[in-house]
Amino acid sequence: MKDILVLMEHRQGAMRDVSLEMLSGAAKLGGTVVAVLLGKDVDAFADKAAGLADKVIYVNDAMFENYNSRAYQKALEALIAENGPGLVLIGNTAQGVDMAPALAVSTGFPLVTDVTAIEMDGDKPKPTRTFYGGKLNAHMNMKDADTYILTIREATFPADDPSKSGEIVKTDNPVSDDLSYRQFVEYVEPEVGDVDITQSSLLVGVGRGIREDKNLPIVEELAKLLGADLAASRAVVDAGWLPSDRQVGISGKTVKPKLYLAVGISGAFQHVTGMKGADVIVAINKDPDAPIFGIADYGIVDDLFKVVPKLTEKVKELKGA
Amino acid sequence: MNMVVCVKRVPDTSESEVHIDGSGKGIDTSRLSFGINECDNYAVEEAIQKKEALGGNVTVISLGDKQSDEVIRMALAKGGDDAIRLEDEAFAGSDAVAVAKALAAAVKDVEWDIVFTGALTDDDGYAAVPVALGEILGVPFATYVKKLEVMDDGKKVKVGRELEGGLMEMVEMTTPCVLGIQTGINEPRYASFKGIKQAARKEITIKSASDLGLDASDCGEAGSWAALEQFTPPVVGEMAEILEGEPDETAGKLAGILKEKGLV
Ligand SMILES: Cc1cc2nc3c(=O)[nH]c(=O)nc-3n(C[C@H](O)[C@H](O)[C@H](O)COP(=O)(O)OP(=O)(O)OC[C@H]3O[C@@H](n4cnc5c(N)ncnc54)[C@H](O)[C@@H]3O)c2cc1C
Ligand SMILES: Nc1ncnc2c1ncn2[C@@H]1O[C@H](COP(=O)(O)O)[C@@H](O)[C@H]1O
Repeated sequence: MKDILVLMEHRQGAMRDVSLEMLSGAAKLGGTVVAVLLGKDVDAFADKAAGLADKVIYVNDAMFENYNSRAYQKALEALIAENGPGLVLIGNTAQGVDMAPALAVSTGFPLVTDVTAIEMDGDKPKPTRTFYGGKLNAHMNMKDADTYILTIREATFPADDPSKSGEIVKTDNPVSDDLSYRQFVEYVEPEVGDVDITQSSLLVGVGRGIREDKNLPIVEELAKLLGADLAASRAVVDAGWLPSDRQVGISGKTVKPKLYLAVGISGAFQHVTGMKGADVIVAINKDPDAPIFGIADYGIVDDLFKVVPKLTEKVKELKGA
Repeated sequence: MNMVVCVKRVPDTSESEVHIDGSGKGIDTSRLSFGINECDNYAVEEAIQKKEALGGNVTVISLGDKQSDEVIRMALAKGGDDAIRLEDEAFAGSDAVAVAKALAAAVKDVEWDIVFTGALTDDDGYAAVPVALGEILGVPFATYVKKLEVMDDGKKVKVGRELEGGLMEMVEMTTPCVLGIQTGINEPRYASFKGIKQAARKEITIKSASDLGLDASDCGEAGSWAALEQFTPPVVGEMAEILEGEPDETAGKLAGILKEKGLV
């Protein structure tokens, strides 16, 4: 089997989990695993990658100090041409999706995005991805090519403990293009609000099922009674019903409360990623097929407008007793 | 500032079961309602807000059958000026790159400084069209855009890209460019009654693959990176213990469980 090239992602001085996950997953597909590390003075990441890769190609250049999709694309074009890998794995992250489709267009190699499983058929990957917000799995047949590009959803592969000591090969920056048409300016940290939901031990999460912000008091009352804080899905935050610091999920916060009570939340993986570590997960949703029931411990399939007020009543009774 | 906004008509599957049809490659849509893709609704709003602030023209483009007209007209009703719909049997089975090739061909005949798309579709979820389109057109691009500021008389834009954890990456790029818009960037308006009436009379230009100068090898499955082989239901982990009964009973059971676990 031909080599597998895996792009290491890092940001603000930290290696991102997806990088190590992809190295671990790649090792199980067979073939030589080559980590590609683009950065500025990130020798520690090279050592880390070497623990899970057969070889690390490390380009140390100021151009890669902060992520720039153009610089990354150009560097990968050159490294792919030089190394002729059979497979290129890139995280399906905010960085990965901003670059991989352009890389596929410019190299002419086929791409499947947001892959959640890979089987190999000789040199050709047979990726699985989801459609309809996770309601169906789709098995994809890629166009025949010398190199296949996949973007891999986070947490698709478990990250193994380091077991290799791959050779670290320092390589000159292959990029000489003028990339001034797109420039990194700065990172802007998310705003901090009154409540830090990452510290809450009990959370009531509200989703689009609440329909309107004027319905929020029914969950607020329950949360208050339980001594819980309110959290929300992105849909609720986008609608402006709750502030963004209450958002749980990939682009929000990761929470680990003792209880996460999901009310009218469908359970999109972007949300679930942020709350699956809760000790007890309870879901109230009228759709029996809502993915949230696949990760909840307890579920009620019913109209939240009927169940939540009753639950508030019952908790009140218990507390009174 | 002239703008193009790409919109797709998609089924709303957020509250319903999705059944695989007999072919194994499609779904039963008979009981689903359809509408504009969620991100595209924000893309339309962003284009219209920029037009209101800076002047210019907004062209709405969709690849889809006749039923997509309804989605196009809604975007026109909110302030879009012209519309093009790409329709051809040859487009069947297109993945993100085949869609991007068709959109790229369609915008060649339009004057534009920014092409807006959504960041991803609710049905396929490739999240690849904006970036592939930018590369095909040979212009700068950015996706997951949650902030947009036009600078230097429209010669440049400063965009905020939403990264994991709510961190924003601010980047500057020159125009013309392609931007993939993420939800939450603005507050999409509702169309006015007057707008809807006016939009009903507007013409939607229909273009086929050959009108666009596209080869068969650029379209549909032939022009795609990958073809859908088969849908299967997702493998669900251990399902939740479902509490059965009327709301009074289920709420009582749940309260009991919470008490037992020391959570109340
Ligand atoms: C790059 C990216 C990042 C993202 N990051 C996040 C993130 O950080 N956090 C996040 O949450 N999402 C995130 N999303 C969005 C995510 O994909 C989903 O769109 C979102 O989580 C949906 O929110 P929801 O479950 O509230 O809404 P929906 O999916 O619309 O679900 C509403 C649910 O309510 C149920 N319901 C409706 N009415 C009732 C009723 N009366 N009683 C009971 N149940 C009812 C429905 O059955 C449905 O299951 C991200 C998406 C992208 C592309
Ligand atoms: N059939 C289509 N017609 C017009 N625009 C589309 C179409 N498919 C995708 N797009 C645009 O590309 C974006 C991303 O799509 P995707 O890469 O398929 O997730 C969407 O939000 C739309 O703006």
